[in-house]
Amino acid sequence: MIEVENLTVRFGPRSPLVVKGVGFSVPRGTAFGLVGESGCGKSTVLRAISGLNRNCGGRISLDGQPLEPSRSRSFFRSVQMVFQDPYGSLHPRKTVRSQLIEPLRNQNLPINAHVVEDVLKAVGLDPGLGYRFPHQLSGGQRQRVAIARALILDPPVLLLDEPTSALDVSVQAEILNLLADLQKERGLTYLLVSHDMAVIAHLCSRVAIMSAGEIVEETGIDQIRSGAVEHPYSRRLLSASHAYGKQEQRSIEELISF
Amino acid sequence: MTEPLIDIRNMEISFADGYVKAVRGVSFQLGREKLGIVGESGSGKSTVGRAIMRLLPSSSRTTADRMTFHDIDLLRADEKQMMDIRGRRIGLILQDPKYSLNPVMRVGEQIAETYRLHYPQAGRKAAEKKVLEMLEAVRIRDPQRVARLYPHEVSGGMGQRIMIAMMLIAEPEVLIADEPTSALDVTVRLDVLALLDELIARRNLGLIFISHDLNLIRKFCDRVLIMYAGRIVEVLKASDLDSARHPYTQGLLASLPSIENPPSRLPTLTRDPSWLTQPTIGI
Amino acid sequence: MVQALLQQLYQAWLRFREHPLGLVGLVVILLLIITATAAPLLTQYDPIAQDMAGRLAPPSFEHLLGTDNFGRDVFARIIYGARTTLNIIILVTIIVAPIGLLIGTCSGYFGGIVDEVLMRVTDIFLSFPGLVLALGFAAALGPGITNAIIAISLTAWPPIARLARAETLSLRQMDYIAAVRLQGASSAAIIMRHILPMCIPSVIVRVTLNMASIILTAAGLGFLGLGAQPPWPEWGSMAATGREFMLDSPWVIAAPGIAIAAVSLAFNLVGDALRDVLDPRGAE
Repeated sequence: MIEVENLTVRFGPRSPLVVKGVGFSVPRGTAFGLVGESGCGKSTVLRAISGLNRNCGGRISLDGQPLEPSRSRSFFRSVQMVFQDPYGSLHPRKTVRSQLIEPLRNQNLPINAHVVEDVLKAVGLDPGLGYRFPHQLSGGQRQRVAIARALILDPPVLLLDEPTSALDVSVQAEILNLLADLQKERGLTYLLVSHDMAVIAHLCSRVAIMSAGEIVEETGIDQIRSGAVEHPYSRRLLSASHAYGKQEQRSIEELISF
Repeated sequence: MTEPLIDIRNMEISFADGYVKAVRGVSFQLGREKLGIVGESGSGKSTVGRAIMRLLPSSSRTTADRMTFHDIDLLRADEKQMMDIRGRRIGLILQDPKYSLNPVMRVGEQIAETYRLHYPQAGRKAAEKKVLEMLEAVRIRDPQRVARLYPHEVSGGMGQRIMIAMMLIAEPEVLIADEPTSALDVTVRLDVLALLDELIARRNLGLIFISHDLNLIRKFCDRVLIMYAGRIVEVLKASDLDSARHPYTQGLLASLPSIENPPSRLPTLTRDPSWLTQPTIGI
Repeated sequence: MVQALLQQLYQAWLRFREHPLGLVGLVVILLLIITATAAPLLTQYDPIAQDMAGRLAPPSFEHLLGTDNFGRDVFARIIYGARTTLNIIILVTIIVAPIGLLIGTCSGYFGGIVDEVLMRVTDIFLSFPGLVLALGFAAALGPGITNAIIAISLTAWPPIARLARAETLSLRQMDYIAAVRLQGASSAAIIMRHILPMCIPSVIVRVTLNMASIILTAAGLGFLGLGAQPPWPEWGSMAATGREFMLDSPWVIAAPGIAIAAVSLAFNLVGDALRDVLDPRGAE
């Protein structure tokens, strides 16, 4: 569904490379994870695919078709994005309803009331919330609205940029369940970016580990679960993440010996 | 427990003319131990930490049957006494060092200033020497160089070490750490925690570690308070978390995704109104 | 939708009420508007009818603020002068706010060469003191109230454009703007529907605060004979004529002077209060 070859990204025309030639491919209907620490370029890859950052080189193809640097309007009916911060990704002065109608209007699609109701129900929200403003919603509800906004154009691909890292763990669990359900029901293709290995492991079948603008290792989720990763950085990241795992009973002293 | 460092009984904190109760009936004692306070956003965990330091905005109202540090009544202490307690006897480490450090002052000078504020008799040379010692103690290589850097020139992990150095230079007896590692990457997080652990053990401090991260608290602390909607719903030893009895604690633990064997669905919390009134489970 | 808007307005009013000085300013501005609209009802005198026999009469029950050097009732002239002032305020706002908003948001949103060109033009206008620039334009266009309004507008838009640009630069970074871009919205739609409305509160505050200097510039132009032409009453030109008789008949200059000062102060007070209400950054 998505193929990325030798992608390079910079922030400005003359600034240094932030992403230094990454490549991966995401088959239709699967979830692919990009994991790494802050500043490794994982979110930048996502913004390059979405067309938000145009200072990029290499090839990005969608469904076998190479994408032009400037995205066509119909591209956005195939690919939508969910952002990290549900407080910043919703327009503060518009009601939920008008924000959900906005994508339809921008795509010149017919606007009817039950489309909005259906999508709110699909993300587990009461359609009555449509008349509220974002500040009248909890963080979890906002993130559901953001997911609804992405889904209203019925795109086959969702780009998820740390969709749960601004949420409390109990709310994170609800959103992760919702994302898993939606993928199953609609056969969506996910490209998920996160710093949290456990979140990636929960949703994805393949993972690419990024460090300093490069993919150091791409592997299946089973290898991640069993700890069979090869690159030293992957091992370090995984063992640090394990420190929070449920079973792990090692002490802090043992952990830092890595 | 011998003589507690901090003793709080039935603390209530309200904002905006009593309409919003952020903390309700919180009681706990802190000895020379690592005490974790866990809760989700809005549970009042940070408010408790700030109330001890008397750093809440003036629109808030704090009451308690007892709220003491040693034998100083924190509710009645005047601003001059509090100045001595803040930083000198109780240190506070916040989430993001970027906002806690003065951006236009070299980090070495900032640490020295803190030291001289609390030890006015110390000379310039002595303060400088102490700063370098402290930076070395928080395992910064080349402290001479780092002391001359500005806050924006240091990484997140380094910044948090500097904050720790700054807080410990006045040799406080209690440290309150509010999400000290949440802004850090996982690989850096462990180093900072290990450092904090070692310094606390060596200096025999009392630590209040405020975090939303149950697993972190479980690894790091001796005892855990679980807060929900402004109340402590459960108190237990960190090593006993797996046998937690309160449904909220159990729910929090279960809702964490896991790397090794993820369930197909994560259990989610159903919040029970009775949690707002039930007495605290545990001591 | 309408209900939500009313709710928000009510909330804003509740916050505005907390500022006693802002309320005082608001009362003065309301008085100005009422006076201007109801001018003929408030006085029986014609503001331009001369009565050379009763010239420079001191304030009395008959002439509340006395008469000027042509025997015209000063009170009537002040009241009709309020119309001129209100006229200038409304027209300048209508011209300045959209121009400033449009230039500022386009400059901030597109960046690059568009930003360079628009901002350098703005800088040129900003680099002259407002009154001097207005004087130049008024002198070039010829004296008269319309030309005075054009001249004032030409000097008043650059700060608005600067402000709108700064707001746009920070808005452009927001994820919700990125989300709209990802819906395939055109740049024009993004600016008009999403960015521009978000800039309006701070522009309202800025325009209100600038109103004092607009009123003073208008009065200054009138004083120098480049604004409203005699015999039509305008506070600035009234002050100018009153200057000659200042020592013997101080009421002729005092009345318009006080009116100018009161109205500009009122706009400043309201602007300060509005800033706290509309602009969250200024508030605690």
